[in-house]
Amino acid sequence: MTVVARKNYIGEPRDAGAKFGSNQLIYLSWDRHLLFAAPFLLCVPSEMTVRELVAGPLTTLIQPDPDAPRVDWESVRWLKANRPWQPRFDQSLAANGVGHKEQIRFVTPDLNTLCGVG
Amino acid sequence: MSVTAAGRKLSLKERYRLLTRDLSWDMTYQSRNDVFPYAGYEGITVNDWDAWEDPFRLTMNAYWKYQAEKERKFYAIIDAHAQNNGHLNITDARYLSALKIFLQAISPGEYTASRGFARAGREFPGVGTQVACQMQAIDEIRHAQTQIHALSNYNRYYNGFHAFAHARDRMWYNTVPRSFFDDAMTAGPFEFMIAIGFSFEYVLTNLLFVPFMSGAAYNGDMATVTFGFSAQSDEARHMTLGLECIKFMLEQDPANLPIVQRWIDKWFWRGFRVLCLVSTMMDYMLPKRVMSWREAWQIYGVENGSALFNDLARYGIRPPKGWADAGEAADHISHQFMLALYQWNFGTAFHSWIPSEEDMAWLSAKYPTTFDKYYRPRWEHIKKLADAGTPFKNYGLAKLCQTCQLPTIFTEPGDPTLTCHREVEYKGEKYHFCSSHCEEIFENEAEKFIQAWLPMNQLFLAPTNGDLGTWMGWVGLVDGQDNGDFEGSADQRNFEKWRGAMVTNL
Repeated sequence: MTVVARKNYIGEPRDAGAKFGSNQLIYLSWDRHLLFAAPFLLCVPSEMTVRELVAGPLTTLIQPDPDAPRVDWESVRWLKANRPWQPRFDQSLAANGVGHKEQIRFVTPDLNTLCGVG
Repeated sequence: MSVTAAGRKLSLKERYRLLTRDLSWDMTYQSRNDVFPYAGYEGITVNDWDAWEDPFRLTMNAYWKYQAEKERKFYAIIDAHAQNNGHLNITDARYLSALKIFLQAISPGEYTASRGFARAGREFPGVGTQVACQMQAIDEIRHAQTQIHALSNYNRYYNGFHAFAHARDRMWYNTVPRSFFDDAMTAGPFEFMIAIGFSFEYVLTNLLFVPFMSGAAYNGDMATVTFGFSAQSDEARHMTLGLECIKFMLEQDPANLPIVQRWIDKWFWRGFRVLCLVSTMMDYMLPKRVMSWREAWQIYGVENGSALFNDLARYGIRPPKGWADAGEAADHISHQFMLALYQWNFGTAFHSWIPSEEDMAWLSAKYPTTFDKYYRPRWEHIKKLADAGTPFKNYGLAKLCQTCQLPTIFTEPGDPTLTCHREVEYKGEKYHFCSSHCEEIFENEAEKFIQAWLPMNQLFLAPTNGDLGTWMGWVGLVDGQDNGDFEGSADQRNFEKWRGAMVTNL
């Protein structure tokens, strides 16, 4: 539905991908691990590989959760845009089809120390 | 020499007619549509503008008299508060966090409401409406001023108050109320009235002001109690104006019903999201608590709100779409929000803390079905990390909702262990939301909401370019002084020292 207005009304997105150059925003979240209050927002190069992203910032950020040392990255289930997804670890985000402001989720059904699951 | 006899004193009703209806005239050189170009484009049909009745029948001269009297009382008490070291009479310096949030997030909203009502007073064609809107515009600017003056005494002694005007546009949690008011200000006059006059002032204001002012009274804050009292009689008039406006629209034409209903759905949810901050204040930030957010929601939300929507049912209005989800969330949002504020407290101009054992026992009792099951384990783990000398800081910035601009901290209805993920693609760009309701608001007006300035996303662009230190300077946050854990803060030390000097001989 369009905005009710007195003349033609067109908006411009304030954080469109083009404004970030060779970087992009990405959201990462660990399902049912709510010690982290919201999905992480990162600004990373689109040429970064998934392996670099996981072994670098993602591993660092999840350390405060007691389940963190037990995460086996080769066996976690992944979601991209809320749909099942299998990343190719040694390819870049761009080559994996991870666009600007993409939401990546990962699921570890056996790990649930803190959040009252089940 | 002739003597002119004084005229008969006018009755209130006559004075009101002369000072309102009689000020209006029919234009002959310009068409009514050209003079009031914003009155019709929203689709609201008005058949008779004179049907708008101001139930207060307040004239400007009476208004000035009442307001001047209130100002005199207010400033007398504020002076006494300053002279009697009122800043040391509060229960504990933790209470100041609630005040800092109020000053940063809510007081600038009062000023914005003033601008909005000044505009609405110009844009509505009916003279009764114009006068009522002008008075509310003056009320609102008075509220902003009295709040700033009341809290300025605290600014002399405590941190985090100094940059509220600067932070209003830049600080991540302040863009939540800012976007609420920007959205209302950029809508037409009728939608503005539903947003501020009805949704905020009528449906939600009790949830903001009653707990806040009672909290101030319970915690020895005379300055805040005073501005609350000074504003209270204005609020009664504002609520009546909001309710009058909605009934006017619904009575004028049956075609207005679906438009009004969509605005109620939208603005109830937007207002509810803004009030998340209040839930946290009530449950966590008041050293001496009044009641839990859940209890306040039960009284001011469920009971009062249900009575209101039962009353409006005769026009065909149903309760807002988000009503049931808001009720379910009452058991969760204060905990979700305080956990969030704590882990990002390096970026807040107020302090937060880990609740004590005693606090947690109170929370367990007030939230018997949720606190121990979902939230206590997280706090206990955070406490363990702090005791080990590795306090929990979440340096991953937060995903924000494109509509309400809050971090997307909320969980799925029916599943408090799973974050609510919602996204849509619009013209090749992705947008994310905290809830289905915020997503729906976006989809109804996508061209408006794609322009949202989301502070977390913008942190990576000029002028801060992803640098946290630069960002702190840019938002007016003094690192190590305004932010971080209350334990070990200058506010905590100073309050204990000064209060100690008052009550001991050391």
